Amino acid sequence: MLSTSLLNEFKTLLGKDNVMDSESDRHAYSYDAAVLDSVVPELVLRPTTSEQLGRTVALCNENKLPMTVRGAGTNLSGGTIPTKEHGVVILTNGMNKILEINEEDLYAVVQPGAVTAKFAAEVAKRGLFYPPDPGSQAVSTLGGNVAENAGGLRGLKYGVTKDYVMGVNFWNAEGEYIKSGGKTVKCVTGLNIAQLMVGSEGTLGVFDEIILKLVPPPVASKAMLAEFDDINKASETVAAIIANKIVPCTLELLDNATINYVEDFTKAGLPRDAAAILLIEVDGGHIALVDDDAEKVVEICKKHGAKRVQMAKDAAEKNKLWEARRNALPALARARPTTVLEDATVPRSQIPAMIKAINDIGVKYKLQIGTFGHAGDGNLHPTILTDKRDKEEFHRVELAVDEIFDVALSLGGTLSGEHGIGTAKSKWLEKETTKATIIYSRRLKKAVDPNYLLNPGKIIGG
Amino acid sequence: MTEDLHQLAKMLHELDDQMVACMKCGMCQAVCPVFAETMKEGDVARGKIALLENLSHEMIADAEGVQNKLNMCLLCGSCAANCPSGVKVLDIFLKARVIVNTYMGLPAVKKVIFKGLLTKPALFNTVLDLASKFQGVFTKTASEVIGSSCSRIVNAPIIGERHFMPLAKKPLRKLEPSLNTRPGKGGYRVAFFPGCVIDKIYPQVGQAVLKALRHHEIGIYMPTGQCCCGIPALASGDKESFDKLVLRNLEIFEKENFDYLLTACATCTATMHELWPLMSGDKTQSMQDRIAAMAAKVMDVNQFMVDVVKVSMPVQGSGTKVTYHDPCHLKKSMKVFEQPRALLKTNPNVEFVEMADADRCCGCGGSFNLQHYDLSKEIGTQKRGNIVASGAQVVATGCPACMMQMSDMLSQHKDNVAVKHVMEIYAETL
Repeated sequence: MLSTSLLNEFKTLLGKDNVMDSESDRHAYSYDAAVLDSVVPELVLRPTTSEQLGRTVALCNENKLPMTVRGAGTNLSGGTIPTKEHGVVILTNGMNKILEINEEDLYAVVQPGAVTAKFAAEVAKRGLFYPPDPGSQAVSTLGGNVAENAGGLRGLKYGVTKDYVMGVNFWNAEGEYIKSGGKTVKCVTGLNIAQLMVGSEGTLGVFDEIILKLVPPPVASKAMLAEFDDINKASETVAAIIANKIVPCTLELLDNATINYVEDFTKAGLPRDAAAILLIEVDGGHIALVDDDAEKVVEICKKHGAKRVQMAKDAAEKNKLWEARRNALPALARARPTTVLEDATVPRSQIPAMIKAINDIGVKYKLQIGTFGHAGDGNLHPTILTDKRDKEEFHRVELAVDEIFDVALSLGGTLSGEHGIGTAKSKWLEKETTKATIIYSRRLKKAVDPNYLLNPGKIIGG
Repeated sequence: MTEDLHQLAKMLHELDDQMVACMKCGMCQAVCPVFAETMKEGDVARGKIALLENLSHEMIADAEGVQNKLNMCLLCGSCAANCPSGVKVLDIFLKARVIVNTYMGLPAVKKVIFKGLLTKPALFNTVLDLASKFQGVFTKTASEVIGSSCSRIVNAPIIGERHFMPLAKKPLRKLEPSLNTRPGKGGYRVAFFPGCVIDKIYPQVGQAVLKALRHHEIGIYMPTGQCCCGIPALASGDKESFDKLVLRNLEIFEKENFDYLLTACATCTATMHELWPLMSGDKTQSMQDRIAAMAAKVMDVNQFMVDVVKVSMPVQGSGTKVTYHDPCHLKKSMKVFEQPRALLKTNPNVEFVEMADADRCCGCGGSFNLQHYDLSKEIGTQKRGNIVASGAQVVATGCPACMMQMSDMLSQHKDNVAVKHVMEIYAETL
């Protein structure tokens, strides 16, 4: 139990409403979006200013309380589930301001709790563009996006969160202020600590301000939907589009199982017998260029054996083409009680091999798996449909997930394209890297967080 | 006590199959009006479901804490409408309120209202008729345009700072006693269920509905003795009073044949169409069938006018600028949102303008407004901002509860924006 004097100190610092210690409040912060056991924190704190945040971190450190920073709690690898002993959750949604959008120098400064989609909309209002668009963007926070190096549908052409982080200012474990990066395109002052923070999952510091790069938006776009009776043909098409020097802004794939789940759900007339659907969107700075690219893409699709290609003529038609992709997760999620959403990623040429392996694993462990994802960057979402209450079936799910990772690694891929390692995947980390990599990472952490209080146990265990 | 908690947990097990569908993705945070104000996880659907699960698995001992969180909800259904895995959030919350209430007991004041008054419509009507005669003693007019009142004294009990709609001098049931007419050229015969708020506060809405029905020569069955649809009792977890109200209404409306059972109140419509059958699982099969048959006939009056009567096609008129607020129980529960707009556009003196976030909850939420007025007001103030920004002179809607809330917000800000039901504006053209 926490001492009353410490509780009172937090209440004086943050205000009573921002110190949550009731049983019902604490249970509401015991989970995130990963299918993992929940852990109830001992205390939930919500600072509303930079100074409060720094003081909160210092107080937790002095009292040896492990801190887990939480934005919207949409993490898919358990990164925002608190630590078992005396865990404290630090909420960032009291610090959700967009501090600056600079149209001349093309950057923005935000607090960590600012919501991704709201920020992107605000940027769009000024005629600029913030491309990273993780699936949870309607609620996810930019602090969380940076801490997880979140991806999204636009990764192939526009990159992921790390490509937009220019600077991160944060509190270290002792509650001292660290500045890194800046507002200039070029900046080589000191170690590149800002990029070290990207994907650090809250283990190296507590973000206070983030400087993000903005770009001019594309002015035109065209969307197409292509159906294939062979997954290899779809994959060859993806390779051929890129070989032709066209980089689509989205290149999404739905496999046969996913097509059928979506069709069960929407009855929109999708081809149930198709092996795969590709949703392709090209964009650019001039409508004529975009039209050219779109026509070339249609040609390439046909040449590589697409059974049918549809091109959207206007916004309404484009919206309709997107419907199948938009409904992929909702359709899969409705099919069974528990949805295990993975994100094993392979080089894009290995997509057919990966999908075949996933389907074989599904048959082997008698599991329902639908796969969709970002074909352009090889980031697939094999989605296992199950019921976690069925212990025996869920054990088969765990075995299947192990095997999916083994295959992804054997194909030259990675454990996680965009969901993070958290606690869910830390046990496989050594397989992809080396023992020395983990020891190196732990030493790094020990050096900046000697008491091991910043989200301990995440990524590198220990 | 632990034995009791074990009992409560066992009762909650019936919700397990529905709760397990929540994958904790957190997308409900984007649309929950309460969460937008408090930013606390326990106030959003995902958090509430997690708390109920933990109560059901006996991981939480503080049932009262969970009950308080459960009540911190407008039952607007925005989360369910936006849920990627299709969790039936309202079903879960309403059933959970009944279960937790059975365990915790009903607060005394609600006992008096639900068991003593609401289920006895004759007494309920008499009390409010009396109140309407004396209300001027304690209250004064706040806004002529809106027709709202406020308290003559500061910090008055219950009323507080509210600008509320006064009780009508004569309720609908006195202006239009029972009706039972045959259809003319319109061909259809409908039953009309005005509901408490239209009967007692907005009789002119009921009169507008009747005017339209008569104009289109629709046969009308409007019996005496109707009582509340049951939602206030159910939302407070009082299933016993809810069941009584459903049964009384069922018996009255089963006496005659008609094609549709119309209401002009979004909340009554959704309650009768969806919640009556949903909550009938503990009844005999024949009773379940009777309830289901009646529920199937329930239809919103806007939908009836546009989809069934097929009133003349919309024109874009000019004159009064009118905007429309989507009641949650019409758009999110009944998927009715095009028809009221179409109906407004049939009035040549109306220039229709959309407001931003037209389907964002107004913050009323029935008894939520009484229990959490500050929060309800913050949510309502955002709605008021969108109404004013639209430049409309009139805000129309399809639910008298939303009308009360929007009137309170607009009147407190001294905005000259009138609040009307869509049917009032449609009836002006006839």
